Amino acid sequence: MSDKITKKLKLKVSAISEGTVIDHIPSENLFKVISILELDKTPNMITFGANLDSGKLDKKAIIKVSHQFFADDDINRIALIAPNAKLNIIKDYEVVEKKIVEVPDRVVGIVKCFNPKCITNNEPVTTSFKVIGKEPLALKCKYCEKITHEHQMVIK
Amino acid sequence: MKRDLISITDYSKEDYLRIMELAADFERNPNQRLLEGKVVASLFFEPSTRTRLSFETAINRLGGRIIGFTDSNSSSVTKGETLHDTIKMVSNYADLIVMRHPLEGSARYAAEVSTIPIINAGDGANQHPTQTLLDMYSIQKTQGRLDNINIFMVGDLKYGRTVHSLLMAMSEFENPIFNFIAPEELEMPEEYKIFLRDKGIRYFEHREFTDIISEADIVYMTRVQKERFSDPIEYEQVKNVYILRNSMLANTKPTMRILHPLPRVNEIHTDVDSSEKAYYFQQALNGMYTREAIIAHTLNLK
Ligand SMILES: [Zn+2]
Repeated sequence: MSDKITKKLKLKVSAISEGTVIDHIPSENLFKVISILELDKTPNMITFGANLDSGKLDKKAIIKVSHQFFADDDINRIALIAPNAKLNIIKDYEVVEKKIVEVPDRVVGIVKCFNPKCITNNEPVTTSFKVIGKEPLALKCKYCEKITHEHQMVIK
Repeated sequence: MKRDLISITDYSKEDYLRIMELAADFERNPNQRLLEGKVVASLFFEPSTRTRLSFETAINRLGGRIIGFTDSNSSSVTKGETLHDTIKMVSNYADLIVMRHPLEGSARYAAEVSTIPIINAGDGANQHPTQTLLDMYSIQKTQGRLDNINIFMVGDLKYGRTVHSLLMAMSEFENPIFNFIAPEELEMPEEYKIFLRDKGIRYFEHREFTDIISEADIVYMTRVQKERFSDPIEYEQVKNVYILRNSMLANTKPTMRILHPLPRVNEIHTDVDSSEKAYYFQQALNGMYTREAIIAHTLNLK
């Protein structure tokens, strides 16, 4: 994406003095990202925009969270639904660090096991998967031991 | 840390060998009151008379007491209690839980919830590790070894959990050879073939069940179930192809033995039963000794 577009997008969502900007989220997953990162519970100021024009994705979303920084393990939890997300760490209105998300080795919660006979689909059990393939994604359920492939993935 | 048995791969090769040793000991002397004063919960959320009787006889021969239920209709489960709550309650009362449950992954989950060890007696189509250990004990007993075994697996190799677990366990031993005989729609899943290739273990695939079993040390038969087929005509075509008959045993090794997890339908013709190579009924009896061994190992009683 060109600098020009980036600048335009930045204008659409107000700047923050300190915190984290999460960019390049697929618009349809914006609220899932908010929920996974528990931003619906944060006392910090958040602003977000959805359906912003993007060169890459059809429509992208952006989230700005003031005074909050994320550990890599936490931020990687969104990798399954926002694989191209980019993070800008802002201090004093300046980007001091850029991060990309990475698919973690374990996925806890977030994804449903595809197996209807799995205990996790029948009782209130948090799902847990070992990531056995990253591209395409393949998740092995800790419980039923079946593999959920990328095309079968349903986000909880 | 408590020692659960949920999947066959929870055990190491040392564990397998220890179970073989203990099972032989219990076969020599089945009545050893090692569970005296202990309570074992036998929780059968779905009925399985064969497995339950084998476990409960093992517990009785070890002098233990049994609490539990034989199917979920006779338990609080029908009132909508979660597995979580049932296991929490029972682990307050007993020293060990043996459980069978129709949902896959239920045993692993129960092991997380429970403060006492869990032995998985079958969780849906997922795992049934005590069956695998009794299969191994039957191989050890009839062949005198677990190394250098040539196994022919016949029938439903796609959905048959017993063959998958046996494959994983036997791969821990020296130089196994696997021969898979199955129709295309029920062939061994790719992930197991990849596993064998990665370990450098030889395997061969066959469509036809003929006299190729002459090299076999073990012929492991499974049921071909009608409900596995989307097309009933395909089932009709294969159901009579994978039947073992006495006439097919003529050129087999004198030490070869036929195993089957039971119950069988028609895949082993009754004319095989009188052959000394038919081992499936003794195999079932071996289950009791093996389960005594597993219980003793789980609770560190010997
Ligand atoms: Zn599962």
